[in-house]
Amino acid sequence: MIRWVLAAVLTLGVWHVAGSAQAQNGPLRIEITDGVQEPLPYAVPDFVPETPAAGQMAQEIARVVADDLNGTGLFREIGKDAFISQITSFSSPVQFADWKAINAQALITGAVAVNGGNVTVKFRVWDVFAGQELGQGLQFAGTTDGWRRMAHKVADAVYSRITGEGAYFDSRVVFVSESGPKDDRKKRLAIMDYDGANVQYLTDSRSIVLNPRFSPTGDRVLYTSFESGFPRIHVLDVANVGRRVLQSEEGTMSFGSRFSPDGQKVVFSLESGGNTDLHVMDIASGNKTRLTSAPSIETSPSFAPDGSRIVFESDRSGSRQLYVMPSGGGEAQRISFGPGNYGTPVWSPRGDLIAFTKQHKGRFHIGVMRTDGSGERLLTASFLEEGPTWSPNGRVIMFTRETQGAQGQASLYMVDITGRSLKKVRTPGGASDPSWSPLQR
Amino acid sequence: MTYLAKPLLIVAALALGACTDAGRFGKDDPAAAGGAGSGMVPGSASDPASPVYFQQTIGDRVLFEVDQHTLSAEAKQTLDGQASWLNTNNDYSAVIEGHADEQGTREYNLSLGARRANAVREYLMSRGLPSSRLKTVSYGKERPIEVCSEESCYRQNRRAVTVLRAGLSS
Repeated sequence: MIRWVLAAVLTLGVWHVAGSAQAQNGPLRIEITDGVQEPLPYAVPDFVPETPAAGQMAQEIARVVADDLNGTGLFREIGKDAFISQITSFSSPVQFADWKAINAQALITGAVAVNGGNVTVKFRVWDVFAGQELGQGLQFAGTTDGWRRMAHKVADAVYSRITGEGAYFDSRVVFVSESGPKDDRKKRLAIMDYDGANVQYLTDSRSIVLNPRFSPTGDRVLYTSFESGFPRIHVLDVANVGRRVLQSEEGTMSFGSRFSPDGQKVVFSLESGGNTDLHVMDIASGNKTRLTSAPSIETSPSFAPDGSRIVFESDRSGSRQLYVMPSGGGEAQRISFGPGNYGTPVWSPRGDLIAFTKQHKGRFHIGVMRTDGSGERLLTASFLEEGPTWSPNGRVIMFTRETQGAQGQASLYMVDITGRSLKKVRTPGGASDPSWSPLQR
Repeated sequence: MTYLAKPLLIVAALALGACTDAGRFGKDDPAAAGGAGSGMVPGSASDPASPVYFQQTIGDRVLFEVDQHTLSAEAKQTLDGQASWLNTNNDYSAVIEGHADEQGTREYNLSLGARRANAVREYLMSRGLPSSRLKTVSYGKERPIEVCSEESCYRQNRRAVTVLRAGLSS
């Protein structure tokens, strides 16, 4: 649909501005740490329209860039009211003194050209106090209906340059859209941009659908559907919305599936005779291998990003706890030891943390721990929440929160791994079971 | 197959049995106590061969404690009634639906509901029902019948429901 052209924009050497001495605070950089820190003040004036048709889009793109950055909690936008100078030309020298005066440490400038159905966006990031450009200008070209993606690409580049981390804005979320009362809830699969824009429905609401999970490249989605009357794992092709049953064995239920990091295998829960154990299936051949064999419930498996191990939930100890085993099965090591029940572990894409749901004293929490179980931190607390999913850079977690009582409704929330910047994701109606895609290409 | 015509043929035979069984599994329902003796309406809760009788007079569901799948004495009594009804009405098979309350994760609750459905299935098999007539499915916490977030509702939602299907092949 959109072909991305990344090219360094030709420059006229605007970064050697006389008079602005050296940086006073060192290089422009946010170190993402667990400690409390002040968000970095920045300004993003409306982008400059370079064709007559580009006016509105130039404003909207700057707005989406700001929303992305503000949502991280790491950046603080300086309102337009405070601006001393305006950016009216992408190539004119930046008046650093004017931006310094309002304490904008970073300045993002950009320009938009619209020609028919095509749009070109270029931008620069400025280190105001150093009086120089941070990185190089970039240009993205695509179709006008993909303008939000271009805005997310700009924000991704800004985020990465300033934090030194991978980004996550140009990504999507597959989730379960919910409607209707609690005792007659309708569920269907939907997909949207990570910020809730561009919702599309992938299934109708005739049968219950649960637990959609993106493939490592974002091309496919695994999910559980009751279409046959019994829970079965299905796989859906995102591009053409074609779907098929992946696992269907008479007299059993299968659910809770996730891809292996190479996208070739699926690990899942298989229930037979009342007992749930973990299995792995090679997608191409359909060959299945049993990974656990215990009378307890083993469920919610998730691969480590290197594919070597699987974290899962089991009630073999009498309460629900988290365990790690080799990805071919074998002896499992318990990693959670706190009070209460632990569930739905998900390995971070960075490999360093495991996110989980914790149920304790009638409350639910989303938390993270290191992969050996140390350093447990609870990030959220409410009546009911579950099902964490990681942003592509492993810095943010999205999850389901459900409110209490007869009118209770499920919504999606995001929180960063320090427990800050909790916010609701805007969705039409109720929403649950999010799964975050990798960064789009 | 339809289940409207066939039961009429069995009514006479079952009515005799129901007299002795009524005290065992119909004691909570005054309509049932009167039903076997007095003006029984075919297909109604007082007709011992009707699915409605199975659902309402015997009771089509059993309840469970938090996180548990063991059958209480009361549950076993209900299931004894279900078993004798199913043993008599051979045209029916059943799907046992296991459910959980909302206090748990979606995936674990699917497994828990399956344990509950299977506990019922095994009990019914121990009372002589062939496994071929009993399927199980779990809905986890997806299909609550009570919507409040209190124990009074949770208690009703932690259930296994025996849903009749006419015809063995369905």
